[in-house]
Amino acid sequence: MSEVVVENVHKSFGALEVLKGVSLTVGRGEVFALIGRSGSGKSTLLRCMNGLEKINSGRIEIAGHALGEDAKALRKLRTDVGIVFQSYNLFPHLTVGENIMLAPRIVKDVAKTKAKEVAREVLQLVGLSEKFDSYPDQLSGGQQQRVAIARSLAMRPKVMLFDEVTSALDPELTEEVLMVMEQLARDGMTMILVTHEMGFARRVATQTIFMHKGKIWEQGSSAALFANPQTPELRQFVKSDVK
Amino acid sequence: MTLKTFGLDQFGFLLFSLQWTLVLTVIALIGGGLLGFAVALARTAQLKPVRIAAASYIQIIQGIPVLMILFLSYYGLSLAGFELPPLIAAGASMTIYASGYLAEIWRGCIQAVPKQQWEASESLAMTRLQQYRYVILPQAIRISLPPTVGFAVQVVKNTSITSIIGFVELARAGQLINNATFQPFRVFLAVAALYFVVCYPLSQLSRLLERRLHVGSSR
Ligand SMILES: Nc1ncnc2c1ncn2[C@@H]1O[C@H](COP(=O)(O)OP(=O)(O)OP(=O)(O)O)[C@@H](O)[C@H]1O
Ligand SMILES: [Mg+2]
Repeated sequence: MSEVVVENVHKSFGALEVLKGVSLTVGRGEVFALIGRSGSGKSTLLRCMNGLEKINSGRIEIAGHALGEDAKALRKLRTDVGIVFQSYNLFPHLTVGENIMLAPRIVKDVAKTKAKEVAREVLQLVGLSEKFDSYPDQLSGGQQQRVAIARSLAMRPKVMLFDEVTSALDPELTEEVLMVMEQLARDGMTMILVTHEMGFARRVATQTIFMHKGKIWEQGSSAALFANPQTPELRQFVKSDVK
Repeated sequence: MTLKTFGLDQFGFLLFSLQWTLVLTVIALIGGGLLGFAVALARTAQLKPVRIAAASYIQIIQGIPVLMILFLSYYGLSLAGFELPPLIAAGASMTIYASGYLAEIWRGCIQAVPKQQWEASESLAMTRLQQYRYVILPQAIRISLPPTVGFAVQVVKNTSITSIIGFVELARAGQLINNATFQPFRVFLAVAALYFVVCYPLSQLSRLLERRLHVGSSR
């Protein structure tokens, strides 16, 4: 059962073609890592998957929704697809609890008591139960990112997309966020994550995709891909990353 | 006709007329606020023609002197057969003037909210309306407080222009008293002092709000 199907997707910004025919299939409960040099199109691919960027051609199906033009259908898709960004993007004027409850309340019409229950549950999952009434600027970067993950989870998504969610964090804070993601993976969440944490990709991702120049350059089980890179580009990339 | 001197009676008249300055200011801020808010939203709309229309409106209002807006609504409309009482003409032109500036101030505040806030709320499946209502405007309004209060000071002072069409607000009252007393220095010093008494606290408030926004938290 495929949760994500991407078929021959092309995407350009003006004259710059960023995705040059990308295809991939992610099964339910699988964890895919997207790695590659800066500018290779990883973020763009992820953003195309929930319609933040419009594709020029190709087909994307995710969590049972075909990506299309219709605004209502797109919102339906987004209730099933969570995305977490490098810059957390919590709503600064709302408390942690309000950040998490907002979308379930207004998008999914969940009753207030129920929304609160869900918020407490997802906060516990990311280990921040005591921060319910704090404001985002009272939290560390790692805590803010865990709240951002919790906020996505409160929508009960079927697929989670992560775009370099630990890149802005110190090593210790990175660890606490990665632990949350690893737990999610263990619980069977379908995940696609753009990451520079090669160790994490190797350990948690079932498959790893190496993107290069807007294409999927190499793909395979994480263990095999890292142990035995086939292309010189990936070999170079893996080598340069071991610092 | 005997010359009067500038005394308590005259000062009382100034105070009375100050009320009309304030009434006009309130009309301009409420009317101009509603209109300006609509234009600011149009200015940040997704449809390009709507954005262009709003931008043109702002350009036009900001590109002509308030005095011309006033003349156009007072003499222009009376030529067209509408006889406007001065308060209506004054209120209408101050409203139009304020709307052009508030729209531009608030457009800036809406656009000052980081675009990641749009993306995060969009990704949570919110409609555009919900994004404005729950995420963007609450943040934009906070940002807008200092410049909006600052602009209110300009409105208070600019209402004096309506004295030209015979609307008796503070400045016009000063002229009338001066015509009767020929004590321009005393009279207009008193008028200036009254403007200052209204404007100074507002300026200070604007500064205070700005400091509060800069220092410390994002709440
Ligand atoms: N909105 C945009 N407008 C124009 N060009 C863009 C836009 N977004 C991305 N690009 C360009 O597309 C290319 C791919 O960008 P993308 O962000 O997908 O790369 P990435 O693989 O995520 O890189 P990084 O590791 O630095 O995050 C880059 O050359 C970038 O400059
Ligand atoms: Mg990126």
